[in-house]
Amino acid sequence: MISQLSWKIGGQQGEGVESTDRIFSTALNRLGYYLYGYRHFSSRIKGGHTNNKIRISTYPIRAISDDLDILVAFDQESIDLNAKELRSGGVIVADAKFNPVVPEGIDARLFAVPITAMAEELGTSLMKNMVASGASWALLGLPLEVFNKAVEEEFGRKGAAVVEKNIEAVKRGAEFVLEQAGGPLNEFKLDEADGRQKLFMIGNEAIGLGSLAAGCRLMSAYPITPASEIMEYLIKKLPALGGTVVQTEDEIAAVTMAIGANYAGVRTMTASAGPGLSLMMEAIGLAGMTETPLVIVDTQRGGPSTGLPTKQEQSDLNAMVYGTHGEIPKIVIAPASIEDCFYDMIEAFNLSEQYQVPVIVMTDLQLSLGKQSCEPFDFQSIQINRGKLIEEAPELEAQQLFKRYELTEDGVSPRVLPGAKHGIHHVTGVEHDETGRPSESAVNRQNMMDKRLNKLNGLQIRDGLRIDAANETPDLLIIGMGSTGGTIDQAREWLAKDGITSNHITIRQIHPFPTEQLIPHLQQAKKVVVIENNATAQLAGQIKMHAGFAEKIRSLLKYDGNPFLPSEVYKACKELD
Amino acid sequence: MATFKEFRNNVKPNWCPGCGDFSIQAAIQRAAANVGLEPEELAVISGIGCSGRISGYINAYGLHGIHGRALPIAQGVKLANRELTVIASGGDGDGFAIGMGHTVHAIRRNLNITYIVMDNQIYGLTKGQTSPRSAEGFKTKSTPEGSIESTLSPLEIAMSAGATFVAQSFSSDLKQLTALIEAGIKHEGFSLINVFSPCVTFNKINTYDWFKQNIVNLEQFPDYDPSNRIMAMNKIMETEGMLTGLIYQNTQRKSYEDMISGFGADALAKQELSLSEEQFNKLVAEFK
Ligand SMILES: Cc1ncc(C[n+]2csc(CCOP(=O)(O)OP(=O)(O)O)c2C)c(N)n1
Ligand code: SF4
Ligand SMILES: [Mg+2]
Repeated sequence: MISQLSWKIGGQQGEGVESTDRIFSTALNRLGYYLYGYRHFSSRIKGGHTNNKIRISTYPIRAISDDLDILVAFDQESIDLNAKELRSGGVIVADAKFNPVVPEGIDARLFAVPITAMAEELGTSLMKNMVASGASWALLGLPLEVFNKAVEEEFGRKGAAVVEKNIEAVKRGAEFVLEQAGGPLNEFKLDEADGRQKLFMIGNEAIGLGSLAAGCRLMSAYPITPASEIMEYLIKKLPALGGTVVQTEDEIAAVTMAIGANYAGVRTMTASAGPGLSLMMEAIGLAGMTETPLVIVDTQRGGPSTGLPTKQEQSDLNAMVYGTHGEIPKIVIAPASIEDCFYDMIEAFNLSEQYQVPVIVMTDLQLSLGKQSCEPFDFQSIQINRGKLIEEAPELEAQQLFKRYELTEDGVSPRVLPGAKHGIHHVTGVEHDETGRPSESAVNRQNMMDKRLNKLNGLQIRDGLRIDAANETPDLLIIGMGSTGGTIDQAREWLAKDGITSNHITIRQIHPFPTEQLIPHLQQAKKVVVIENNATAQLAGQIKMHAGFAEKIRSLLKYDGNPFLPSEVYKACKELD
Repeated sequence: MATFKEFRNNVKPNWCPGCGDFSIQAAIQRAAANVGLEPEELAVISGIGCSGRISGYINAYGLHGIHGRALPIAQGVKLANRELTVIASGGDGDGFAIGMGHTVHAIRRNLNITYIVMDNQIYGLTKGQTSPRSAEGFKTKSTPEGSIESTLSPLEIAMSAGATFVAQSFSSDLKQLTALIEAGIKHEGFSLINVFSPCVTFNKINTYDWFKQNIVNLEQFPDYDPSNRIMAMNKIMETEGMLTGLIYQNTQRKSYEDMISGFGADALAKQELSLSEEQFNKLVAEFK
């Protein structure tokens, strides 16, 4: 019996890799396993090699694995590209149609299943993914009923006949391979899962769900990889809640529409990736200057320009922290798990109203699109805080304006929504006085700049630093952000076996930077390594600038478009000078 | 009921004496009173330019945004609170140069807002450069030998983008302008009102007198039918866009708000934010 296993399916884009993966993992989730998915895809819609990998485990995991146990291949290219990941004694399930061969030097067992032929027998080659997944499921010796239930849900809306045919395809694939193998493979027999109900979703779905829980009822956005799933999820859900999604003409319209809607009182968000974020910059300044709440999600991908649109990167950090001309208060939060994606959206909407500032939620492609198991979300913990929003302003004398930008001790002013009887005031991106009227007075300018910029002094978000500091004076402090946490923890396990002690901090509050909280940890560690998916060490730059310790800090950078593998982190940490 | 005086505030406009924008401000104030609005029921969203300052000169909720983006902001306001009357406003550069993409798509989208363009055929605030509305050959600081680009026809563009309300007026004709703004506010969909608004400081060609000599009022054509799209398009072309009055109105097409699936008649901003536990559980169940 084993506690974990890695499974991968590869083929041409558009060949059913996605749906196979979906059914396979839904069934595993029902059985209570912890899953971590990774999608490798090109930006072509049809054609081009694509593969999905799932790591299956009886205990929580948050990283892809280095190696692979089972590879399901629809073509020889999938074998050639992925077989090197197979651990010795691994299995390839491939379509007999292309006369699959195991590449030289790879020790793997090949099952050539007449995948296409069987599917065609049943009426359409479209069902070959069902034959293939049935075969690989059977090799694991897992109960077929659970799998069939997932098939039923996937195809249910196409009618009973289609469901039946697909289930038959699964059965034929399973029977064929079991006969060849002489029954399920013992070395792939997974321990039973803990049976606890988990959720299984991508980060973008958790962001969508979190937004709904936060009271977001409008989204304005322009499609882009890897952010589009957020709008696609919300447009399915918002109508039932009275809200909607507007697909705008560009990201400038998306962000300014969101600003207009937030100004008028609806929690509204937009989401994009680097190119869209770049277009939003001027408007982010408007939100900062007019103290209008705003929530933006940036799902980072490979930059610059169009860059690597379907690949992993964490290179928009500086753009998020520094973007927009002039100086405004702004919050940047980086969720580091599916759970964070959910809870951080609630926090982002709350912070945006409490401080009346733009909040950027930063994810990366792997976090946004990687499908993972996560703990059920706690409904009771959802709290909505609208800060100093007031329903009605006190009655004023004729022609007097409500002081929307009243100078207060904490810099946050009472806010009233358009429509309120006595709340009339002006809002402008031009420097303004307490009532919002343009003002060029030097004294006013200084007061207003200080008011805005001091609002976030001392801000500490929930888990701004996620600290795993079991060692008082660790050999190594590893710092990361976003989706890399699980990979780092996996590497730390291996380092511990080699006698290297390490602590791990995930920086979640990217801006304003949690300097004070971080310094003691930097002090304690003998060495510090900052791990990030970019070429210019942007996170390390923030740490050095705010907290110092430049002499201790090393960087491990990866910007080839792929997430870090645990082995890479392990190796780099071992070899640290 | 509020009178137009209640839409005035005590801010003194920084427009040059004689600027056409003053009359547009007055017309908005009068129209708002005439349709029975209270100041707090109106939101004026403006762009950047001399014209863009207008939102600060009317006693109503006002947002002065960024250059070219008045329309998407205004649409956001309307989506959030459809009980508000929303007027978007700005210059010809704001709406037809930097913001042209938004203008076309706002027209297509057809939210129930009124867009008033203060068209002076020049960039006023930046002190006299060419605009998409400048005539060919028009000499400005940025086109010292005369503009060599063709003049944009916002009316034709609006028609071809599927506009449901297209009107044009002249800032000197306060009566017509006020009536058109009233009609625009009442129209249930997007209304575009392009207003010739002379810039007395930087545009010495398109002056008050020049407009008086060159525009034709649609009233002169008793058979004109603003519900006839072809007639409207013909008239715009015949007059080379120098016509005033209600050019086209389609009362059949529903507004965007009325077509959004599940969108209520009340302000979205007034809805409860929290999900019920039942709603929440239903959403979560999909991920099991
Ligand atoms: C992004 C950006 N680019 C340029 C400017 C400078 N700018 C301000 S107003 C304006 C044009 C004004 O012309 P118009 O919109 O016709 O308004 P008018 O002043 O004529 O009323 C320009 C170019 C700006 N504010 N923002
Ligand atoms: S510069 Fe022209 S548009 Fe601007 S205020 Fe003066 S007259 Fe009006
Ligand atoms: Mg102009």
